[in-house]
Amino acid sequence: MNLGKQIFLHLLVIALLAGLEYLLPVYHQGVFARVMVLAVFAMGYNILFGYTGLLSLGHAMFFSAGLYGAGMTVYHLDWGLPLAFLTGIFCAAALSLLIGLLALRTTGVAFMIVTMMFAQVFFLATLYFGEWTRGDEGIVLPQATRLIEFSGLHFDFSNPVTRYYAALVLFAVVLFITLGIVRSRFGRVLVAIRENEERTRMLGYNVFANKLWALVISAGISGAAGAAYALLFGYVGSTFASVQYSILPLLWVLLGGASTTLGPLIGTVLMYYLVDFSSDVLARAVPDWNFSYLGVVGVALILLVLFFPKGILGTIRARWARWLP
Amino acid sequence: MAFGPHLLLATLEGLVTAAVLSLTALGLSLVFGVMRVVNVAHGEFFMLGAVIAWGAASLFTGNAALGFVAALIISPLVVGAVAFISERLVLRRVEYNPEATIVATIGLLYILQQAALTFYGPEARPVEAPFNLRIQLPWFGYSGYKLFVIAAAIVLLLLVWLILTRTRIGLVMRATQIDREMARAFAIPVDRVYAGVFALGAMLAAIAAVLIVPIQQAHYLMGLDPLLLSFIVVIIGGLGSLRGTLVAALIIGVSDGIIAMFFSPTLAKMIATAAVALVLVFRPQGLFGTATR
Repeated sequence: MNLGKQIFLHLLVIALLAGLEYLLPVYHQGVFARVMVLAVFAMGYNILFGYTGLLSLGHAMFFSAGLYGAGMTVYHLDWGLPLAFLTGIFCAAALSLLIGLLALRTTGVAFMIVTMMFAQVFFLATLYFGEWTRGDEGIVLPQATRLIEFSGLHFDFSNPVTRYYAALVLFAVVLFITLGIVRSRFGRVLVAIRENEERTRMLGYNVFANKLWALVISAGISGAAGAAYALLFGYVGSTFASVQYSILPLLWVLLGGASTTLGPLIGTVLMYYLVDFSSDVLARAVPDWNFSYLGVVGVALILLVLFFPKGILGTIRARWARWLP
Repeated sequence: MAFGPHLLLATLEGLVTAAVLSLTALGLSLVFGVMRVVNVAHGEFFMLGAVIAWGAASLFTGNAALGFVAALIISPLVVGAVAFISERLVLRRVEYNPEATIVATIGLLYILQQAALTFYGPEARPVEAPFNLRIQLPWFGYSGYKLFVIAAAIVLLLLVWLILTRTRIGLVMRATQIDREMARAFAIPVDRVYAGVFALGAMLAAIAAVLIVPIQQAHYLMGLDPLLLSFIVVIIGGLGSLRGTLVAALIIGVSDGIIAMFFSPTLAKMIATAAVALVLVFRPQGLFGTATR
């Protein structure tokens, strides 16, 4: 019964984002293209953290598996972009299947530490195999490789407008995939696992298999974001595999509202501008304090946990709009 | 150098790592054992300890020994106070919920890094060793200070053990660890015990950091490695088991020294981290721990 309202809201958000392309100055257009891709990462994270209730501290490895899967096939093997994109998703999903079979044997705090450690191994691996990954320094994809020729159509992803719409298309597709999952039987089983794992098992659901699926889908979406990031912005580096990129999606989802479909977008936009804006202001106010994202992210995390655990959309849903998916 | 002396050198280096690591990991293990929360900011208490040690030592630029002693006193006290305050302001208010605590301590980690970056700066700075003594072995000379670090760590560990097993404070801590509700029924102020244990854990990390700064420089991002290594040690030793923590610190420290000397340090870290993740998956109680009730 709420389906109409929900679809309308999501279409409205997508239309708004499309409209922003005309309104925003070039700098903010670039920011929004980046934010939409990162929001896809956050939406992937949200499937596992928000809906299934599994707090992973290792999603950087899935994002960067997509990043490297797409970037390195383009750079080293000269593959076309669509194939490279799919390779990125495949790498992330395959890695998550392996990690899931191991890590999902643990629960709670142990799950967080195990995922964090596997992600650290992945990060160290990107440094260790520096011959191909170029480690810290990273790979810059030349502009000539970031083109698609498609029956007379010509897409150049180094062009800001093309990039914006490519990011928007990815965002829109993943948004509706998320909505579909949330409304499906599968999505309800995931929420049931989050609320009471034992009872869900007793009702006859295979908890392990459902969690594993949630992880693979979550990682696949995160990998899609990573692959898109590599192809749209043309840079692949081991920074994206570091602990920081496991914590950021958690922060974005917490801020926007865990287990809401649009929360990840809101959280990512706000956090991006908060860091951008505050580091500007603080750098001017106290020039020799070396302000970086560190302090802002730290304060935001603590304030969220203490005073605002449901996040923005979570609070709105609890107070006013029960129908929000 | 022949293989034998080379191995001896690697073992000595490993023992220094193990000494510092066992102190740091013991702090993490105490906090986990008594409070049942994982403190992700533990590595930052270590970093803070090192940075403050540099600050304290630079008050006495003329006299390295005096500066070191000042660091050894001031640094743990300041770090303990910071930990105490953050426990009161943050952890108590999320009621030690395991997941909320992890997120909150991640926040604390970033804030401490920012504070160090702001007030200390992005440079890595050394602290002078309190004495310069070179012990000449038949094959190579070895720093006397490093041997002092090993000895100091042993003394401190004995001290912690004595406090835990022979004093009233230790009794109260163990009672809280074993059964929080029962401890409360016996009028133990569990809430205050938690704050004390959190501060004590941070102080152990700070002392370890003071011992290491003459060997390894103080830097605002130095906290991640001790954090991960402490996780590794605490997990292998069994979460909350003190004896296991010590044995694991020895194993990890010495093998890390040997692997890093004969192979690549990155490879050593990769193997150790992956191995530990697998231990946690297949033997969650740790290699030496007994299954929790």
